[in-house]
Amino acid sequence: MTEQTESSVRAEVRAWLEANWNPDSGLVDWRNKLMDAGWGTPHWPTEWYGRNLPVGLQPIVEEEFKRIGAVGVARVGIRVLAAATILAHGTDEQKKRFLRPSMTGEEAWCQLFSEPGSGSDAAGAVTRADRKGDHYVINGQKLWTSGAQKADFALLLARTDWDKTKHAGLSFFIIDMHQPGVSVLPLKQMNGHATFNQVFITDATVPANWLVAGEGKGWAVATTTLMHERRAADSLRSWGAAKSDRPGRIFDEERAEAEIALAPYKWYPNRAGRIDLIIPRAKETGKLDDPAVRQEIARLLTLSKSAEWTARRARSAQEQGRPQGPEGSLGKLAASHIARAAARVHTLLSGADTLLSGADSPHEGTIAEILISVPATSIAGGTDEIQRNIIAERVLGMPKEPSIDSDKPYRDVPRNGAG
Amino acid sequence: MKFSFSSEQEEFRAAVRRFLADRSPTKEVRRLMETESGFDRDAWKALNSELGLCAVRIPEAMGGHGFGFGEHCIVLEEMGRALLCAPYFASTVLGAGAILNAGTPMQQQALLPGIASGETIATLASTEDGGSWDAAATTLTATKSGNRWQLNGHKSFVLDGHSADLIVVLARAPGSSGNEGLSLFSVQGAASGLSRRALTTLDPTRKLAHLTFSDVEAQLLGEESKGAAPFEKTMIEAAICLSNEMVGGAARLREDSLAYAMMRMQFGRVIGAFQSMKHKQADMLLEVELAKSAAYFAAAALDEEDADIALTASLTKACASDAYLQTAIHAIQIHGGIGFTWDNDTHLWFKRAKSSEALFGDAHLHRERMMAQMAAPAPASNATA
Repeated sequence: MTEQTESSVRAEVRAWLEANWNPDSGLVDWRNKLMDAGWGTPHWPTEWYGRNLPVGLQPIVEEEFKRIGAVGVARVGIRVLAAATILAHGTDEQKKRFLRPSMTGEEAWCQLFSEPGSGSDAAGAVTRADRKGDHYVINGQKLWTSGAQKADFALLLARTDWDKTKHAGLSFFIIDMHQPGVSVLPLKQMNGHATFNQVFITDATVPANWLVAGEGKGWAVATTTLMHERRAADSLRSWGAAKSDRPGRIFDEERAEAEIALAPYKWYPNRAGRIDLIIPRAKETGKLDDPAVRQEIARLLTLSKSAEWTARRARSAQEQGRPQGPEGSLGKLAASHIARAAARVHTLLSGADTLLSGADSPHEGTIAEILISVPATSIAGGTDEIQRNIIAERVLGMPKEPSIDSDKPYRDVPRNGAG
Repeated sequence: MKFSFSSEQEEFRAAVRRFLADRSPTKEVRRLMETESGFDRDAWKALNSELGLCAVRIPEAMGGHGFGFGEHCIVLEEMGRALLCAPYFASTVLGAGAILNAGTPMQQQALLPGIASGETIATLASTEDGGSWDAAATTLTATKSGNRWQLNGHKSFVLDGHSADLIVVLARAPGSSGNEGLSLFSVQGAASGLSRRALTTLDPTRKLAHLTFSDVEAQLLGEESKGAAPFEKTMIEAAICLSNEMVGGAARLREDSLAYAMMRMQFGRVIGAFQSMKHKQADMLLEVELAKSAAYFAAAALDEEDADIALTASLTKACASDAYLQTAIHAIQIHGGIGFTWDNDTHLWFKRAKSSEALFGDAHLHRERMMAQMAAPAPASNATA
């Protein structure tokens, strides 16, 4: 294979798009074409729908897609994690069965890792998978599953061996969500929304050949999935923002897909604190002249601007291919501080209106929703406490937390609901 | 806007850091902070002959290197780390800054080469006994008879004012008030009628003086009664430069207290193994890095002549003030009893954090200035916050 350079890749993808891009084709037809040509997921290996494109050259492909206005493969949600995980650890049979329909958008995925008894400690899963002949029987309960109602398949972390230690007893499966043993119930949050679900699994089955990477390898596989999680969340945001408003069949289909994918996350800007509303609110409430309120607003804006510049520093280092400094690990913790400070200032600004919700509250309930959504920021995607441990251990090189549950059979480890 | 340093800038930083590690170990800081002048003439000469640090931001035509605030702030950050005892800030940020902002080209040509070479130590005298950082609070008067100007009044909190060779003085026309009638003057440190008294400072590494002017002969800098704008500009630069100095000190304190936590044994393990210590260190890192980002951004914004620079400067100073002091409080706490002793070095930076917090206005004042900037944004500004 000849070496891929910026200009050779650009010329190649441009020529291909100019010859093939057709906004009047169906979304799935077009994406199948992309998968066949390797331009849907060019960073994947050539034998699996890709072109072995170095990660550094990917932006070239994206630029060319943007230039011509072409739609890409389905890159939103858990399907991205599923594809990355299967690509890294799956059998050829699994890759053949699952990769293509994930990327065309025909099949949707969810992730069954967290449980009522294991939140921050995901390796403490107690959902069981018991081998019965050519299949496994699954029993347990999963939590915080986004997209479970729409999912066709799930990435499942379950315990296959209770005599092994915590991590060594875990296995990783692909499970069909459309079966009688799987029931999905929305999980209503304190802000009234239901972004996530509880998934009850009772005698559900998984074919033995849908085990990923062998029994006892579950934690290693799950680590791959989790590594891709942050990146997927980023692409979800940028993709949502880049949605085209052009007319045409393929764009209509893509918009409908995005609408469904993004609907559960509509309240997410509010959980971040809505800094954008602070000054307008201060003006409309007449509190912009209150010296105490001014101090709090200035504190909040100082925090939010310095966090924004810190993120820009991290990105700038990354773009230049330099090793990222500590600034790259701090965004999540900063976001928690900002959200809390913003809720405090919104309360100061709203006064008695803080007592109200819905149509009776300012901005048709937005202010109320900020106040009751902010607590999610310091929990979702890793609590502040876990973040601080990660920063202390990985960035500052401080001693790891003692692992008192990892060196004995898991059946002997004290855990929730086990007396 | 640039959000990272170039490799040339990183090399420059490394050179400055090596020099300061050699010339300003804490033993030397402790020696110099007990002296009245507060600095070492030989080290000052070396700082200029070896690295040309006083010349960094002075234009090439005036004997300088012509770099920007980006480079100047690298030097200041490193000096803040090393707690260098020297009149560098006073001379290059305040003295040279005021002359660059207010002076005529001819005056700049006359005054700046000496500052660039380090032969002249300059400073700026603006604050008075009342301690206001606001130009409008100026009471020191300048009267003109013929072509000669005479200054009468007092100045206080003058950085290195007792040792400076050249003092830029903010004064007002008799009978004027507010920002009207303000002019900047240059005065020789040895001028007759000028009496200078070194103040006893809480932070012994930051020397301040009280100056009394009686019929002191002065040269008008720039235009008569047009002093308010260049003075404000100089103070904006000073707030940003000080913030960069401060984040250097805060980072050093954070690193030193981390090293101590990883070495100090209690209850059979290093105290850094306790989660309360790990979480405190994570919080400290966050706070210091946020303040660094603001300080770096602000330095770049000065070089790019950003329209929102006054807002950015106040945001940055408020951020650095809170971060440095909080880091110092944590650092003492992490060191425990030993951190409260004179022999432990932590208090040297704690006191610098405290003096930096108040110098040029505390966080409270700068937060109010931020809000004032936002409530009445300059017509051409594209909002920073």
